[in-house]
Amino acid sequence: MEAIQNKLEEPVSEELKLVRAAKEGDDSAFEELVRRYDRNVFRIAQHITQNREDAEDVVQEAFLKAYSNLAKFQEQSKFYTWLVRIAVNEALMKLRRKKPERTVSLDEDIKTEDDSLPREIADWSPNPEQQYTQAELREILSKTIQGLPPGFRTVFVLRDVEGLSTEETAAALELSVPAVKSRLLRARLQLRERLGRFFQKRESGDGNQ
Amino acid sequence: MKCAEFLHELTNYLDGVIDETTKVELENHLSWCHNCYVVCDTTKKTIEIYRDSQLYELPEDLRSRLRGAIMKKCQQHKKRPPESV
Repeated sequence: MEAIQNKLEEPVSEELKLVRAAKEGDDSAFEELVRRYDRNVFRIAQHITQNREDAEDVVQEAFLKAYSNLAKFQEQSKFYTWLVRIAVNEALMKLRRKKPERTVSLDEDIKTEDDSLPREIADWSPNPEQQYTQAELREILSKTIQGLPPGFRTVFVLRDVEGLSTEETAAALELSVPAVKSRLLRARLQLRERLGRFFQKRESGDGNQ
Repeated sequence: MKCAEFLHELTNYLDGVIDETTKVELENHLSWCHNCYVVCDTTKKTIEIYRDSQLYELPEDLRSRLRGAIMKKCQQHKKRPPESV
């Protein structure tokens, strides 16, 4: 089985040029950074908040915060990683405001070692996503990831959807590398199990029902 | 290798960050343990489906509206004295 490759390989020097120009007051350089990463920040924000308006707010707040703190950006990490860290914090703050009865923390989720070990081992149809229309599939994927604790879905979206490395994800979330790996495994296994309800092979052997 | 050990290494295996010896052991396990094979295969599919899903894409009109709002706020910020966040 082939390893899954990360998709986001950033040309750092180009990014740094824009950052340095923006630091010197070139707003068109900052606008270019917005163009470069607005889609990513929006996806991350909506994955975490699960709400479109909140995600729009997070995009605005995260970029504004990045803009107003640009002088403090030390250039020791990628600008994108730094931006993601700001966006994740903004998104988690939104969640906390909405669900004050439930603590929303990146650290609360893992208590036991075996809580997400697979219980249902049913195989899927060969091309499970083709059983559904695009709209149905989006609904399924959205509902499924919504069921994960915020700390799990945040790690999953950064690593597996946005393609950040384990180290970048750890830096963006201020977690250790082992903590990221542990959460990622659990997130992947839980999503797999939940998706299995929609994608399992039918008893008849006909996957197109 | 037992199933629990296999699961422990699954993420490293799928991410391709695993040493050759462990990889051989894992693949040996996969060759006879159907459950782990299914878990591995469907976990990989899970990742691919999400990665390819284009879930929460930002529509172009909203995108330019947001960008306009961001740049406007940045301009307003410029006129204010620096603040700590």
